[in-house]
Amino acid sequence: MLSSRTFTTALRSSRSTLARTYATTSNSPTAKFEGRKNAGGKYVVTLIPGDGIGPEISESVKQIYTAAKVPIEWEEVSVEPILKDGKTAIPDAAIESVKRNTVALKGPLATPIGKGHVSLNLTLRRTFNLFANVRPCVSVQGYKTLYDDVNTVLIRENTEGEYSGIEHEIVDGVVQSIKLITYPASERVARYAFHYAQANGRKHVTAVHKANIMKMSDGMFLNACRQVAKEYPEIKYDEDLLDRVCLQVVQNPKPYSERVMVMPNLYGDILSDMCAGLIGGLGLTPSGNIGRDASIFEAVHGSAPDIAGKGLANPTALLLSSLMMLRHMELYDFAEKIEKAALGTIAEGKTITGDLGGKSSTKEYTAAIIAKLK
Amino acid sequence: MLSKAIVSAARTALQQVSSATTLAAGFPKVASRLPTKYGGVYTVTLIPGDGIGTEITDSVKQIFEHVNAPIEWEQYNVSGETAMGESLLVEAMESLKRNKVGLKGILFTPMDQQSHPSWNVAMRKQLDIYASVVVFKTVPGVPTRHKDIDFAIIRENTEGEYSGLEHQSYPGVVESLKVSTRVKAERIARFAFDFALKNNRKKVTCVHKANIMKLGDGLFLNTFRNVAETYYKHAGMAYNDMIVDNTSMQLVARPQQFDVMVMPNLYGAIISNIGAALVGGPGIVPGCNVGREYALFEPGCRHVAKDIMGTNRANPAAMILSATMMLRHLGLDQMANNIANSTFNVLQAGISKTSDMGGNATTSDFTNAVIKNL
Repeated sequence: MLSSRTFTTALRSSRSTLARTYATTSNSPTAKFEGRKNAGGKYVVTLIPGDGIGPEISESVKQIYTAAKVPIEWEEVSVEPILKDGKTAIPDAAIESVKRNTVALKGPLATPIGKGHVSLNLTLRRTFNLFANVRPCVSVQGYKTLYDDVNTVLIRENTEGEYSGIEHEIVDGVVQSIKLITYPASERVARYAFHYAQANGRKHVTAVHKANIMKMSDGMFLNACRQVAKEYPEIKYDEDLLDRVCLQVVQNPKPYSERVMVMPNLYGDILSDMCAGLIGGLGLTPSGNIGRDASIFEAVHGSAPDIAGKGLANPTALLLSSLMMLRHMELYDFAEKIEKAALGTIAEGKTITGDLGGKSSTKEYTAAIIAKLK
Repeated sequence: MLSKAIVSAARTALQQVSSATTLAAGFPKVASRLPTKYGGVYTVTLIPGDGIGTEITDSVKQIFEHVNAPIEWEQYNVSGETAMGESLLVEAMESLKRNKVGLKGILFTPMDQQSHPSWNVAMRKQLDIYASVVVFKTVPGVPTRHKDIDFAIIRENTEGEYSGLEHQSYPGVVESLKVSTRVKAERIARFAFDFALKNNRKKVTCVHKANIMKLGDGLFLNTFRNVAETYYKHAGMAYNDMIVDNTSMQLVARPQQFDVMVMPNLYGAIISNIGAALVGGPGIVPGCNVGREYALFEPGCRHVAKDIMGTNRANPAAMILSATMMLRHLGLDQMANNIANSTFNVLQAGISKTSDMGGNATTSDFTNAVIKNL
């Protein structure tokens, strides 16, 4: 029952996308950020501070943005779930705000553990059709790991695949989980990958797959990628087996600094965290969820309730995510400026937070970045 | 270490034979016969496989000839490059069923949808060699970033994402079934715990994605927990579980925390490649596939390595070590230890480094060095 319904919705939404693709001539794979300024001459961006350390790190980002004079006005909303028709849902005000602004920055959310809760992240993803998850991982100078030349970009299909949620127990002890791959969804994520490669000066897109085993499903994903690749003749396209990519990235990540990797949901989930591990964990990795109706940029680390409110949290991941957002909004200069200040502060190693091996508080770290902006 | 597991696997097979002699029946049961042995010489099925397979199995053959190992090869040059090889594959399977023990390279699997399914998977399924055992251990002399790695991966080999059940329910919509059963989850969990007990390992980690695939991976995880609590808790065996994306991140950052890991099929492919990359590449990681009846030995990290085939540059260590595991399985421990020691000595001394270890020795150089060191 549940499964069939999910499936039909997926089908319906994929059909409507297909129709959209044919109807519009725009070659942008996303609802392009429209760049409307408000009366004060600023862009309005929705800010979801999140739980735990969320408010502290959001505050830090806001201070840095004010100091850098970024023309952004924050519209703060809460996504604390409310009960609507007996189901947990995101408050309408939050949905309205994101829809209106088409861009949002989000801190970590604590997913309540227990039955009956649909994760808020999943709800946001469904509400705004966030079909691609972009996860760049760059080695941070000043935070030494065993790998110092990582610069990977991974784009993950975010709406279907192994995470379709269609599962059933046929008889006791036998479960079928369905991995759902549709051509439209594969095509739009592929198109975004090429678009991203073009916009960010990467000359090479690699589709990661397991089509030797899953010939039809991953095969169709590859087909979609090949079709889209024809539209981008200046970008080199190739395909690589999941096994080989895992092996090679961990052995020597350097060759991947030229590429954008694109892949179905589960592989992307695992590989993006693996790449994050190479550069020292989720505290330094930004993430962007690109959608048709809106794009949400977020820190993927947890809400760290143990240090919440103590002023010790590291805001870097959220800050780097916000820089992805600036680039999405084509405010490249501001992004460049803030990135330089933040990475410079970490590289110096004098005022860094505890998780990076320093002793400074969130405030001191923020102040150091602001000092570098001048 | 692993030897013990293999030996004990062989021992259980022996016990079955003796307990199954209901002599009154008068017939020896073919289903539980021993590995083929005539006049003190074992007959072993050899499938060199595609890519570098021929080169690295040649190396094993040379070494075995030199030590005068009591092994008679029954060689089948099956190739997955064309579907024409299928009759040969059938012959090879019959041979394996006769001999019970085999040594194998990796067969190539074509990607396109019309082509034959993976024969590697077909063999594992038909012989029901359900447990893939791969040990990742830092080998002195092999250049790696991480030190002191020592963990084992026990991977379910016969179901999950590799079910091969896929269909297109509507143009552009493909479903791929992942089948999880309690029976297979239970036997792989037991295998992992038995392996841990026999090899003096302290902890078993179950790798899963049960937060998303609540039924499928949930079944795997719950079965694992049940097995642990019912049968192994009192033996002092520690156990925990970890989500697969976190596992991959932890592996590249702190691989020393892992001991024995047990997981479904696809995660096994990913995690074992990450593991291989950590200890020095697929060229030095041996492995085996064990079931109740048969044992098939092949390199632990399954790569065809077409890019270097025929160039005499492949590192045969993984295949040589897999072959020594086979010798131990047959009870030829002395000989196995000799060859393994010699191989490790060559690796440690760095006499003949193949290209994957940063040298320029050929496969034959390495083989000769091992022979000289015996």
